Formats: sequence, structure tokens, C-alpha cells
Amino acid sequence: MIAIRDRRDKAAFAELFDHFAPRLKSVLVRNGASDTEAEDIIQDAMLTLWQKAHLFDARRAQVSTWIYQIARNRQIDRLRKTTRPIPADLFTSGEDTNQQDDIFALEQEADALRRALAELPVKQKEILEKAYFSDATHAEIREDTGLPLGTIKSRIRLGLDRLRHELKHLRPS
Amino acid sequence: MSTPRHHITDALMSLYRLGGLPTPFAVTVAAHLSLCNECRATYEASLVPGGLLLEMSDGTPLSPELKSSVMGMLDDSPSPSATSADPVLLPQPVRALLAEGEPNWRRVAPGSRQAILQNDSEGSLRLLEFAAGQTVPEHSHGGNELTLILQGSFSDVTGTYRVGDLQIADDTLDHAPKAAPGMPCICLAATDAPLKFRGLIPRLLQPFLRI
Ligand SMILES: [Zn+2]
Ligand SMILES: [Zn+2]
Repeated sequence: MIAIRDRRDKAAFAELFDHFAPRLKSVLVRNGASDTEAEDIIQDAMLTLWQKAHLFDARRAQVSTWIYQIARNRQIDRLRKTTRPIPADLFTSGEDTNQQDDIFALEQEADALRRALAELPVKQKEILEKAYFSDATHAEIREDTGLPLGTIKSRIRLGLDRLRHELKHLRPS
Repeated sequence: MSTPRHHITDALMSLYRLGGLPTPFAVTVAAHLSLCNECRATYEASLVPGGLLLEMSDGTPLSPELKSSVMGMLDDSPSPSATSADPVLLPQPVRALLAEGEPNWRRVAPGSRQAILQNDSEGSLRLLEFAAGQTVPEHSHGGNELTLILQGSFSDVTGTYRVGDLQIADDTLDHAPKAAPGMPCICLAATDAPLKFRGLIPRLLQPFLRI
């Protein structure tokens, strides 16, 4: 990602594409997108990533978070047929001497969360994935799975409560 | 800039992230996220699990031409523009809505004016300006209302709101906001369409899906 940002490196972009595009397709299709919709979103998202690469800041975000955010915005734009209002771009000065420390700390937090996610029962992970990758509002989740809303809420809460302990550390104090 | 003290609720934040808010609310939330480091950090943290779930997923084969088509478009895509990072009165999500670059201000009463940015079945979004020291007559609200302060400050029964603060009101609030002396108070105000979005009301009030 750094090579793409700093040198507009197409080979690095191709590598990133090979890693993330098939995964994006999996989660999008699993959560209701057609093959064509998923690939349209992937195309939009990867081009946006190329255009916005100069805003990437490894102290604030993991590459996967960045890609998820861009793809998610493109997906919502397509579903709602409007341009989703997004927060202002953040510009960071490059003079932070603690850069490596910050990146390392963020990676550690993400690792802890990754472990927590890996331990989640399959059902909770599916519902969590739905919350992140489908257009589902909670009412739609209910229609889709035929589960009562109460059960879904408590499952999401259960999954998230376990995650939140880890997530807490990602929020700056 | 001062640090905001009145923030986005968990419920609003997760609805925003899910893409479930009517546009006037989504713009207001995005504008607060542009002004408030605390909520911005919470928002960015809330995206982390999405990225990890993506990373942990196995892949599905793509159409053979997708990659070459994307690679072929890289040179056509606009090169990164050095957008100005100057602090300006209107946050980027609001400026994005202004076709002419300037709000179309209309006087509504002595000392106050408004510029309507959106007014349709989804709800309304407007910029409001009140003269320093002016009191808005006591009123209630037909539905949910989000008000983000962009300049100056105002106070009402619920407290004092300064630049970056977000006031969340529903139909139970009766108030008469008073602008502080010194400079005009400018706000971004979003309302929903009460009938159409009635279902949203309990969700706004009830914290749910917290991250
Ligand atoms: Zn805030
Ligand atoms: Zn009011």
C-alpha cells in the first residue's frame, strides 16, 4: 500500500488486487450481491483506492480497514443510488517520529481482534459478516434468516460484546 | 478548534455505518465526524472488524477480464489532487452538496436566515443563522432533529452547544435556543420525515449494535 501511495507502483497495486478482490467477491456474494454487482463494486472500489492512495495513513488504519471502508461506501452508493456523505479526508503531516511505534501498536490491536473473531462460533460470525457486508437493516436480517429479531439482537450483542473488549483498546484514550 | 462535547450516539453511528440513515441525517453525522476527533476515532475503529472479516474470508474466482480491465483504467483515473486542508466554516460533506459553492441564503426573520440544502420525502437539511444574542421562539419538533453547530454557540434547557457539538432532539423536546453574544450562530439542521421514518425513532433512542 505504501508503494502504491508513494510511487504509484502498479505492480504493488496488482498484488493488492490479487489478494483482496477475490475475498471481496466472496463476502459480497455471500451477503446478497449478484456476481455482476459484486464485480462492479470491486472495480469501483479498487479504482477509488488507486485515486485515494495518497490519503492512506498506516498509523490510523490497516490496509484491510481502508479497503473495507472504500468498498462499503461504493456498495451503499449503488444500493441507495446516491452518493453517500462521507467524512472529510484527513491529511496527516509526515513528521511524526513515533510512526513505527504507532503502526506496530495498531497491528497488535488488530491481531487481538483477529484472534477474537477467529474464535467466534460460525453462526455469530455469519451474522456479524452480514452486518458489515450486506445492505441489511435489522428488519431485513430478520426476513432473510427467519429468526425473530430478539434472537438476532442478542446474537449480535453477544458477538459484539466479546469483540468490544478488544475494540476498546483501538479507541484513543 | 474547541473539542466537541455533545456527540453522535452509538445508535446513530451504527446506522450511519450501515448506510441506514436518511440523507439529511447522514450528511450531519458525516459533518460531525469531520469536526470531532473522538467520534472519528470511534467510527474508524468500528470499521476494523469489517476489514478483518474481509481479510479472513476465502476468495472466489473473479471473471478473467476484471483485473485487466481495472489495470487498464489506472492511467485514466484522475491523479491525486492536492485538496486544500484549510479549515473552513463548512465541513466537506456539506460543501459537497453545494453546486454553486456558496449557500443560497434567504432571510426568514430579522437577524436570521436559512439556506435549504435538501427538502424532500427523506427529510430536510438546512443551514440556519441567528444573530448574536437572538432567542428562537419556544417550539417543539415534529420528529427527530439533528443540529450541528458550525459557528458561535447556543444554549437551551438541555445545555450549551458550541462549534462541533451535535444536538439530538425528538418530539419530546420543547425549547427556545438562545444564541450567545459575540457572533451569529450558524447551524446545520436535519429533520426526518416523521411519517416515513417513524420506524427510525425507536432505533435512534435505543442504543443498539454499539460498535
Ligand atoms: Zn463527537
Ligand atoms: Zn428546535
